[in-house]
Parts: sequence; C-alpha cells; structure tokens
Amino acid sequence: MSKIKFLKSHEWYNPESNTVGISDFAQRELGDIVFVELPQVGESVEAGEAFGNVESVKAVSEIYSPVSGTIIEINEELESAPELINQDANAAWMIKVEVSAVSEELISAEEYDALTKK
Amino acid sequence: MLRTPFYGKMLAAGAKMVEFTGYELPIQFESTGIIAEHKAVREKAGLFDVSHMGEIYLCGRDAFATIQNLITNDITTLKDGAARYTLLPNEDGGVVDDILVYRIHAEEYLLVVNAANTAKDAAWIEARLLGDTEFENASPATAQLALQGPLAIEIVKRFIPAADIPEKGYTFKTLSLNGEQLILSRTGYTGEDGFEFYSSNEFAEPLFELLMEHGKPLGMLPAGLGARDTLRLEAGMPLYGHEMNEETLCHELGLDFTIKMGKESFIGKKALLEKPPQYQRLGFKMVERGIARENCAVFDGERQIGHVTSGTHSPTLGQAIGMVRVEKDFNASTVWVEVRNRKLKAEIVPLPFYKKNK
Repeated sequence: MSKIKFLKSHEWYNPESNTVGISDFAQRELGDIVFVELPQVGESVEAGEAFGNVESVKAVSEIYSPVSGTIIEINEELESAPELINQDANAAWMIKVEVSAVSEELISAEEYDALTKK
Repeated sequence: MLRTPFYGKMLAAGAKMVEFTGYELPIQFESTGIIAEHKAVREKAGLFDVSHMGEIYLCGRDAFATIQNLITNDITTLKDGAARYTLLPNEDGGVVDDILVYRIHAEEYLLVVNAANTAKDAAWIEARLLGDTEFENASPATAQLALQGPLAIEIVKRFIPAADIPEKGYTFKTLSLNGEQLILSRTGYTGEDGFEFYSSNEFAEPLFELLMEHGKPLGMLPAGLGARDTLRLEAGMPLYGHEMNEETLCHELGLDFTIKMGKESFIGKKALLEKPPQYQRLGFKMVERGIARENCAVFDGERQIGHVTSGTHSPTLGQAIGMVRVEKDFNASTVWVEVRNRKLKAEIVPLPFYKKNK
C-alpha cells in the first residue's frame, strides 16, 4: 500500500513526490519542535548524510537524507512554523530532491512500524 | 537507579522518565509536553516532583555559627519561619553549591541543596560542624513536591487552612495535615508564586492525590524537568553545574545580594577579597535564527570571551535565550555565538527574561 520508505534514523522518503521529512515517532520522541535548520535549494544531499537539524526545546537532532541528489525545493513554512512537524509529521516535508540514488538502508512502513513499536 | 516516592503516580500521569542525578524523573508528560507544561505554570499551575533535592538538618546551640561560617549570606536577620538563598563557598572562593537555608527556630535549620550535590554537600558540611551542632541528612526520608504558578495559592487554600499557609515569599510553615507533619514553603524555581511541600515518603502519595484533586479543576498540570529548566532560565535563575561550579568564583555570578562581605568571617571570604572577579554572568537573546546551547563559544568580534552556560527556546518569549559566562570587562551589547560552526548574532539583555506581574 504505502510507498513511503523510512530510514532507521527516523526520516521518511516519499518516492512519488520526492520529499523527505521526519517520522511521527521521531516528532513524538523529540517533543515540541521549535527550530528547523534546512539547507538551500541547489545544494546536494548524500544518502545517509545529515542535511539539516531539528531542535526541540531540550535538544538538537540531525536529520539524515534517505536519498542522494540535488535539492529543488525546501519547505520554508517550517522555518517560521516548526510546530507543523509536531502537528503532522507525515505532511511536514522538509526538502524536495531531484533524486539520483536512494539509500540502500530504506525500509518499508511496515518494517519501520515494527521497529518503533518495540 | 533511584525512584522517588512519586514515581508510580507520575508514571500513571503519563510521565516520560529520564535519568537525572541518579533518579528516574519525569522530563515531560505524554499528553502535554514542555511548552504546554511551561505555559500552565505561567498562566495557571504546575506540579513538579522535586524529591531528588537534598535536605540537611543542622540543630544545636552552635548550628547558627556553623551555618554562618559555611555560607556567603548572613542569617543574623533570618527569622523563624523564613528561608534565605545563599551560596556555599569553598576555601578558594568557588561554589560548592547554591542552597536555601530555612530557620525553623534559633537552634534548628534546614538546608535544601541541589540533588547532584547532596552527597558532596553532606560530607562538606559534616566535616565543618562547630561546637554543639548536630547533623542529619534527611534526604532519603524526604519527599518534595513543587506547586508553582499564579493559581498555586488557590489550590493550596482548598485543602489547607489559611493559618497554615505562609503568606510571603521565602517564608514557610510547619503544619499537620491528616495527622502528618509537613513543611509548606512559599518558594520555587520558576519565577512564579508557588509552594514547595516537604513530607515523609509515606505521605507522598496521599499528598500528590490531594494536589491533583484540587489542582486539576483549576488547570494545574503535572510538569517535568524540561519545563522546570525553561522556567528557571526565563526567570534568570542560575543552575549549579551550568552557571556555576567549584571553579566559578562566588562574585562572578551577579548574585552579590547573597554575598555579605561585611560578615566577620566565612569560608572563602579571604579568597574573595584577594581575587577580583574574572568573569560575569549575562543574559542574551538570539538575534539571528538558531538556538545557542550550553558550551557554545561566545565571541566579541573575533575574540572568544566565554561560553554559553544555558541556552534554550523560551516558550514565553517565543525566541531563543540563554546565559553566558564572559570576561568581566566585556560591556558591549552584541556578542556572536558559535552554533554548529556558524557565528550567530545575539543581543545582551538584562536578567531576568521574565518577571511575573505583581
């Protein structure tokens, strides 16, 4: 059913829209997200490497890219309203990528759910 | 890992537990989170488990003299039923801890110390008792709850008779509730009006239930360490292990109201007279986007002048704030804080960041 894939480090990748975000599990673990630091359009990302940061009140976490490629769009709305990630992590995409390769570490939504329910 | 007597109740209330100074304590609650808990304390009330704090009793004819020698403040003017904030200096003028001294009567005092320092302080104090002074570390036998927020007084009034409620800040009453002895103190660590309850471990759960029963209808939320930290930071209150440690001189903290150099003698006085302060504690607000965290380097132009001691997102102000320890002679209004290899502009602002309406 769902085409969305996940990294074990809690990022999702939607192959239909080529967008990347963090999982609902991750936003719950982080708590209130108050700051998002995203790269710029035109920068390249590497699968498995950090491309930005999310900060909750208490801590900062790096966000890893599920894909390699060039960033063609960023969700600027998150910079002024980072709480959108808490409200709906699956809708709050962070970057849109012209993908050249996807990570080999990606797992299915079912596998990811099983992993985070432990 | 240790558990406080409120562990079960807090877990049932949805606490997410973390390890803190050897205890499993709530960092936040599942259905609320740090920001909601923080706002509850600013607007209504919040209830914190602070049983990890240490309680040390000093009694006897020379308890007063023992304490005067141990602290930078002066308790000559401290009355029965009143509490005072002070630093506990070491011989070099550094800070062993920051504590509250409660005067129960002329020959009985309660010292409330930081959780992480309880064992250290107990050893430090016990080795420095003068004459007729009896020492008791009551920490393991004491449960402590903090009820903080503008509605705290309304909640307390619902189950405690007015005569047993301390009226002013930094005062306390010893009272009997359902046959149990309690200390009820009008103190806290949030910048709001509020109370701290000291009870036996056995009375902890009934006390928690009473507070929930009377607090919930008024919008009180159980709150965790996360909100406690953002609240105290907005209130400009230092936290041991962050703004100060054994190497921080007492007079480098902007807490001079607690240092009474006119007092005849106390541990560390000589060192404080000889050593001028090298650093100062200042507050800042981020101007550029980003949150400066503890240990981020602070620059005046190109030159590093210190570091961030605490930094977070302020739920009340909706922006990033923090405190820095920087060179004493720095007096400009702008600094640059290094966050993940980028220098971000910050503005020096007076402490506290938040003051309650009075």
